[in-house]
Amino acid sequence: MTVSNAIEVRDLTVWFGSGTERSDAVKRATFSVAEGGSFGLVGESGSGKSTILRAIAGLVPTWSGEMTVAGEPLGRKRSPAFYKKVQMVFQDPYGSLHPRQTVDRVLSEAMQLHGLTDIDRRIARLLEDVGLGTGFRFRYPHQLSGGQRQRVAIARALAPEPKILLLDEPTSALDVSVQAEILNLLADLRRERALTYVMVSHDLGVVGHLCERAAVMQQGEIVEVVTVESLRTGAVTQDYTRHLLASAIASAR
Amino acid sequence: MLTYLLRRLILVLPVAFGVSVICFLLVQIAPGDPLTAIMPVDATAEEQSAMRAAYGLDKPLPVQYAIWIGNLVQGDMGKSIATGRPVAAEVFGAVQNSLLLAVSAAVIAFPIGIFLGFLAGYFRDIWIDRAVTAVSIAGVSVPNYWLGIVLVIIFSVNLGWLPSMGAGPGGSSEWQWNWLHMRHLILPAVTLAVVPIGIVARTVRALAGDILTQDFVQALYAKGMSRADVLRHVARNAAATALSVMGLQLGYLLGGSILIETVFNWPGSGFLLSNAIFQRDLPLLQGTILVLALFFVAMNLIVDVAQAAIDPRIQRT
Repeated sequence: MTVSNAIEVRDLTVWFGSGTERSDAVKRATFSVAEGGSFGLVGESGSGKSTILRAIAGLVPTWSGEMTVAGEPLGRKRSPAFYKKVQMVFQDPYGSLHPRQTVDRVLSEAMQLHGLTDIDRRIARLLEDVGLGTGFRFRYPHQLSGGQRQRVAIARALAPEPKILLLDEPTSALDVSVQAEILNLLADLRRERALTYVMVSHDLGVVGHLCERAAVMQQGEIVEVVTVESLRTGAVTQDYTRHLLASAIASAR
Repeated sequence: MLTYLLRRLILVLPVAFGVSVICFLLVQIAPGDPLTAIMPVDATAEEQSAMRAAYGLDKPLPVQYAIWIGNLVQGDMGKSIATGRPVAAEVFGAVQNSLLLAVSAAVIAFPIGIFLGFLAGYFRDIWIDRAVTAVSIAGVSVPNYWLGIVLVIIFSVNLGWLPSMGAGPGGSSEWQWNWLHMRHLILPAVTLAVVPIGIVARTVRALAGDILTQDFVQALYAKGMSRADVLRHVARNAAATALSVMGLQLGYLLGGSILIETVFNWPGSGFLLSNAIFQRDLPLLQGTILVLALFFVAMNLIVDVAQAAIDPRIQRT
C-alpha cells in the first residue's frame, strides 16, 4: 500500500529562549499523517502539542529536525505556495479575527493573497459551506457569537482552498452545544473537500470524533501514537495514555 | 456616521457653555482688583467707581456674565484693560502664533514618536526597546523650560546659529513664511517636541507590543501574509488609540506652552496669558482662556469623530 503522506515530522525539536534560559517545548517528535487522514495531538496543557502545530505553520522559527509537507521539505521560511496548501484555525475565535475587518474583508484578503479570482462568488459559496449564509458577509467580528466567529475563522482558513488544515483546539473556547456543531462542520468539510487534518486537543472525545490516529504527548515528548479504535477499546500500551483515558472517562461521568 | 457627527456637535454646546461659565468665574474669584493695575495710586473713590462702571464691573455677576457672553457671540470679547486694544484681535493673533508653534512641534514629535515606539514594540525586550524606553523616559522627565534654556545657551549664545527670542527679526510678531522667520521657530518647536516624543513613543510601543502578541496577528502570518503587510495591519489597529493620544497632545502643546513661550519670548497665547495674569487684565485673561479651552473641546471632538471613523467597534449612533 503506497498512500503518500501529507505531513511527515521527524525528530522535531522546538525550543524557546536561548543559552541557559532555553527550554525545549517539543523533544524529538516523530509522526506522519497520510493524505486525507486526520491526526490528533492530545495531551495536557504545556505538553507541546500546539507548539508542533505552530512549528509546521511557520510561526515558530526555533526548531530542528525534519518536516515535510506534501513531499516538500520545509525550511526556515514558508513560501506563499506553502500557505496556499496549509492553513491554520486558531483556538480563540475572539482573538484570532482581525477586529477591524468585516467578514467580507477577512475572506477576500485571504483569497487575493493567494491569487484567486471570482472572489465575490467564492465568498458567497464559502459562507454557505460553513453554515453562515451571506447575511453575515458584512458584519464585524464583535457582532458575531463565538460559534459564528469560529465558522468565519474556518472559512478564512478554507479561503485559499488548502489541502491541509492545522486545527489548534478549534472548539475548546466554545459552549458544549456549539462545540458539537463545529465538530460536525469540520467532519463534513473534510469529507467534501478531501482535506487532511492535524488537530490539537486536550479533549479525547473531540479527537475520537474527528481523528483516526492520535499522538499522545507528555512534557514535549510523544509518548505513543495510537489509533482511535485502540483509544476506544482501551488497548493502549503506555501508562500515561491509560491515565489520560481514565481521567477523560471520569470527567465524562 | 452623519447622525453621530450631528449628535457629537450638539453635545459640544453644553460643554462649551460650562467652559464659558468656568472661564468667567475663575477670573472673578481670583484675588486682586483689575483696576488697581491701571488707576493711579491716588485715584479717588469716585474715579474708581466711574472706571468700574465704564468696564461694567459694578453690576452683579450674572448680569456681567450675560453681557460678556452676549458680546462674545457677536465676536466682541471686550477691550484689554492694559492696552485698550480689542481682546479678540490680541487673542487670535497670539493663538495663531501658538498654533504655529504647536503644530510645528507636533510635526517634529509625532513621526519621531511613532517611529521609535513602533521600533521598540517590534523589538521588544532587546537593546533597541531599552534604548527607546530610556529616550522616551528622558523626554518626558526633562523639564522642557530648562532644556529650552540649555538649547539657547548652546545654539544661540555659544554657536550663534539660531536666534533665541521672538517670532521674527527685530522682535516682530507678524509671522511670514521665510527663512528669517522660520529660524526663530526651530528652537522653541524642538524644545516643545521633546515631551510629546516621549509620550507618543511610549504609547505606540505599548500598543504595538500588545497587538503583535494577539492571535489575529499570528493568524495573518498563518494566512501567508508577508511581514510588511502584517505590520500594516498592526499599524492600522494601533492608529485609533495613537490618534487620540496625539490629538490630546496637540491640545496640551497649544495650551501648555506657557513656559516655553516665556523662555523664548514667543508671542503666543501662553505669553499673552502670563502677561494678562501679571497685569490683572481680566477681559484678556477670560478671552484667552476661553479660546484655548474651546480649542481643546474642538480637538477632542475631532479625535472622537476620527476614532469612530477608523474603528468599527465604536458605536456611531
